[in-house]
Formats: sequence, structure tokens, C-alpha cells
Amino acid sequence: MCGIAGLIHRGKSSNVGSELQGMLQALKHRGEDSTGYALYGDTDGKNFIMRFKVGENVGEGSSSVMEDVSVYDERKKIVDQTLVEMGAKILKEERTLPYSLRYELEYNAKDLLEFSQKVESIPGVEILSMGKSLEVIKDLGNAKMVCDRYSLDKLVGTHAIGHARMATESGVDIKSAHPFWGYPFSDVSVVHNGQLTNYWNNRRVLENKGMRFMSECDSELIAVYIAQKMREGASLEEGMKDSLIGLDGVFTYFVATKDSLGMAKDTMAAKPLVLYESDDLVAMGSEEIAIRSVLPHEIDTYDPFDGEVKVWQI
Amino acid sequence: MANIKTSEKKSKAQSMGMHTEVLTGRTQQKFFNPDEAENFYYFGTYDVDFNKRTDLDVLNMSAPEANKEIDKLMSEGYGTIVIKNPQGKHSLGVGILNKLNLIFEGSLGYFGMGSCDGPIVRINGRVGWSCAENLMAGKVVIEKNAGSCFGAAIRGGDLICKGSVGARTGIDMKGGTIIIGGDAGAFTGFMMQRGRIIILGDVGINLGDSMYDGTIFVGGEIGSYGSDAVDAELTSSDQDWLRRKLKVAEIGENFDLSKMKKIVAGKKLWNYDNLEPTEKKGAI
Repeated sequence: MCGIAGLIHRGKSSNVGSELQGMLQALKHRGEDSTGYALYGDTDGKNFIMRFKVGENVGEGSSSVMEDVSVYDERKKIVDQTLVEMGAKILKEERTLPYSLRYELEYNAKDLLEFSQKVESIPGVEILSMGKSLEVIKDLGNAKMVCDRYSLDKLVGTHAIGHARMATESGVDIKSAHPFWGYPFSDVSVVHNGQLTNYWNNRRVLENKGMRFMSECDSELIAVYIAQKMREGASLEEGMKDSLIGLDGVFTYFVATKDSLGMAKDTMAAKPLVLYESDDLVAMGSEEIAIRSVLPHEIDTYDPFDGEVKVWQI
Repeated sequence: MANIKTSEKKSKAQSMGMHTEVLTGRTQQKFFNPDEAENFYYFGTYDVDFNKRTDLDVLNMSAPEANKEIDKLMSEGYGTIVIKNPQGKHSLGVGILNKLNLIFEGSLGYFGMGSCDGPIVRINGRVGWSCAENLMAGKVVIEKNAGSCFGAAIRGGDLICKGSVGARTGIDMKGGTIIIGGDAGAFTGFMMQRGRIIILGDVGINLGDSMYDGTIFVGGEIGSYGSDAVDAELTSSDQDWLRRKLKVAEIGENFDLSKMKKIVAGKKLWNYDNLEPTEKKGAI
């Protein structure tokens, strides 16, 4: 089933980590195999924040295996060496869990493709997000468990999207969890509720164009599809509108960039979405109860129609 | 069948033999027997006094707890209940088989007022997916917007949304009336079998797709017709009925009814002339 939620503050920052935790926790009945956050924090915009993992947290149905911490340590060493070779300087390092790391990097690069390919060529290493504002945090369990594990409740920023997952078509592990980074674009992330039926056809085409897939989760296709459209010169909104034709199936998804948040709904309108929009805040989720966790007073909400695409700026 | 207006849809439908083929089906002559009147009352319903009124704050209640409390209040004779702080909770007010004035001061989540028979309900907020699914009789009024599958499979009663509604409104409906003050989404009237839908605003794609019978009235623009849905002539009796319904619904007071489009099934797939239980009760 899965549940998605997102919010964007316009003209101000807020405690988006805590707000999104409340929204996703309200949707936990839609799935709590894993939960993921894409948080756009307040930064000076000078350095990159790289969230990556050097191993898996494995649940039922996953083909991944749990490994010894010494393996993670070895991979981390190779990542550090690779970053030095690429000319990236590690300014700050956090290791929340043995397999999950956060680096602040000083790095000058226009295209992150080469950088990402080099880092991810290390076996067992996956970049969860790369950007100057974006941080993707995802792990097994419900929203509160993940939020507590990674201490997300104090994160201040402008916007955020998140996902509560009920695994259906791929395993219970971090690599299949949402949100997906819009590799290789800085600060692009995607969450999705639904099923895509032309996943393999699109995947083959995109892989031939040099794009990478880290999981077999159909939702990853949306991030890659839109990233490819943007590589070809389309704007975020144009890429999203194109996806309504190019992607087959039922879906509602959110895309976020450094300064915007967008939603798209398929032409069958088969997946739910409730939306609240005001001058200073947009909040949306699979169910109204998610919005109520941040706006408990009486508000006007609505369901976007079929084939609708909307994008808001901070 | 209603009179079919001349249109491209009509000629296509006729060329496919939809209006001339001989259809067979079960005999529809047995309607109801007044001796069965006792079968139309539910076990465990309550005599309530509409003048006996109370408030119920459900802020810290789960949906089952709130619904049990409503049942308890009805058993105590309360005929008017005001629900405070529904906060978008799912499945509130389901399964009420009683006469009752029920007022929600706020919004409901999914399946609000599902499987009800008899209550008069006013919701001063929005409703989520599948509001009033399977409604048998009564009246449900929503002051704001509604989600998808609004009035799915209703068999009687009036369901009114003063705002806009999502996709698949009136899907599989078998009777009753749905009135929308704003716009409606895609697949409105999908597989509807009987009853009427009135939309004062615009409606999305595939209107009346695979409809067996029933009538849809649209005041605004139509995204596209679904298969089997065709235009029909709007008669003066249709306008009289629309006027009465809209007046009762307190909606569309100055709406120019002559501009309404009437959409019906182009192909008679089955005979749905059997009375619904609600209508039998009315006849009794």
C-alpha cells in the first residue's frame, strides 16, 4: 500500500524533521517495513552533504545479507581513499550506525556522475543522497523508529518528503526503501506510491543511456526517468508531465529539488493524495490524517485530479 | 431508455447495433409484497428523539470507540449528536441503521458514513475516499470537498458534496442521488447501474464509462465520454426533477438548468427495473 507525505514552507524555515516524522507516523498503517526521509536543511550552500551506506539492514524477503562491522570499516577506508583521489575534502564525518554515514565534503564538480560512479564502484557502497541541502535517511521500521535512530527531529529546513513502505515487489532492505536520490543530480529526490508496469522496458532504455539503478524497486524508475529528462534539458515540471505518458501504471509521486517540491498523479487517479495549500505552507499526504498531524485545526483540503502536476517553490 | 439526441456518439452506438439488438434477461415483474414490511426493519434499532441533543468529542477516541459511543447515545434516545474533533479519522459513523441527526464539526478520513441506512448527516468539512459507500437511505451533506469513490455502490438516499469530488464518483451505484456542487474527477459514474448523478461543474475523462443504466447530469464541461455513455435529450420533467433536488440540497439556486447535459447508457445491458429495498420501504 505505502504512504507518502511532503511539505514545503514558503518564505521561512521550520522543524521539518519533526513535522515529517509526525506525518509519516500517522501513515504507519499503510506500511512500516521501512521509512525514509528526504530533508532539505538550512545550510550555507557551499559544501556537499553525502549520505551513503556501506552495508545493508536486512529484513524479511531481502536478497541482501548482513555483514560484519569489520567489512563496513574496510569499505569506509576505501571510500575515504577514493574521495581523496577525486579531490574531495572531508570536512565533517558522522557515523550514526555502523553501515550508515554522513560526510560534509568540500568538492568542486558540476556533474556528479563521474564522482558517483567512482564511489559506487566500491562493492557494497551506495550513495543515498548527494547535495548541498538534501539529506536522504532511510532504514527499516516505522517513522518514529527511524527518526529516533538518526536523531532527525531537530533538523530545521524548508521542505521535506517522506515514505512509509509496505514492501510488495522488492525486498525489505535499505536499497529498496524510498526516497530515491535523482542520481546524478544534486539535491533531487523522489517518493512514490503505486506500481509501474513498464519498469523493465524503461529501465533497459535508461541503462543504455548511462543511467544507474541500485535496486529492483519500480519506484526508483521515477527518479531515474526524471533525472534523465533533466539531463536532456527539461525542467522539473516538464519532466514530470512527460512521466505521465512515459510511465505506465498507477502512481502518485513527489519530487523535491533544492528549492521546489512537486507532485504528479497518474491519469487513472488510482492512488490517493490529499493536498493543503496556503500562502506560506503546502502539505500533502496519502491521507488527510497525515496533514492533521501538522495542522490540527480545521483547514480546506482537496484531492488533485487525474493527470495533475503541480510544483511549488520555497 | 431515454430519447437519444443526434450526435456522433449516437451514430457510432447505432452502427454497432447497440440500440437494436434483442436482449434477454430475467423476468422483472415481481416488485415487492406489502406483507414483507416487517422485513424492512433492523433488529437492534432505537427510538430516538430528535430534540434530545448531545455533543461527543472524539479527539482521543479511536474510530471503533467513537462509533460504539454513537450507538450508546442512540440507545439512550439521543436523536441529534454533534461530533467534535473528528480530525480526519477513518471509518467514523459507519453502519448506522437508524434515524438520526448527526453533525460532524470537522473533516472525516476514509469510509466515513459507510454502510448506513437512514441517518441525516451534515459534515462541516472534507471527506476522504469512499464516503457513504453503500448508503441505503438517508441524506449525507458535505460542506467542503470529497475524495475519490464518493458514494461508491450507494443504493438509495441523497449524497451531496458542495465542493469538488475526486475520481470514480458513484462507481457501481445502484440507486439514490449524488449531487456535486463543484467539479468531479475521471471515471465519474463508472459501471453505474441505477440512480442519478448531478454535477454542476466540470467533469473529467471517461464519464459514465461502462455504465449499465442510470442518468448523469453535467452542468459544465465534459473531459470525455466513456464507452457506452451517450447524450440524451434533457426534458422538461428532467428539469423539474433537477430543480426540486437542487432546492432540497440547498445548492445551485441560480443554476441555468436548460444548459445541463444529460448522459445515459447507450446500450441496455441488463434490466434494472427491480425496486431497491429503500424504494420498497418508501412504497410501503
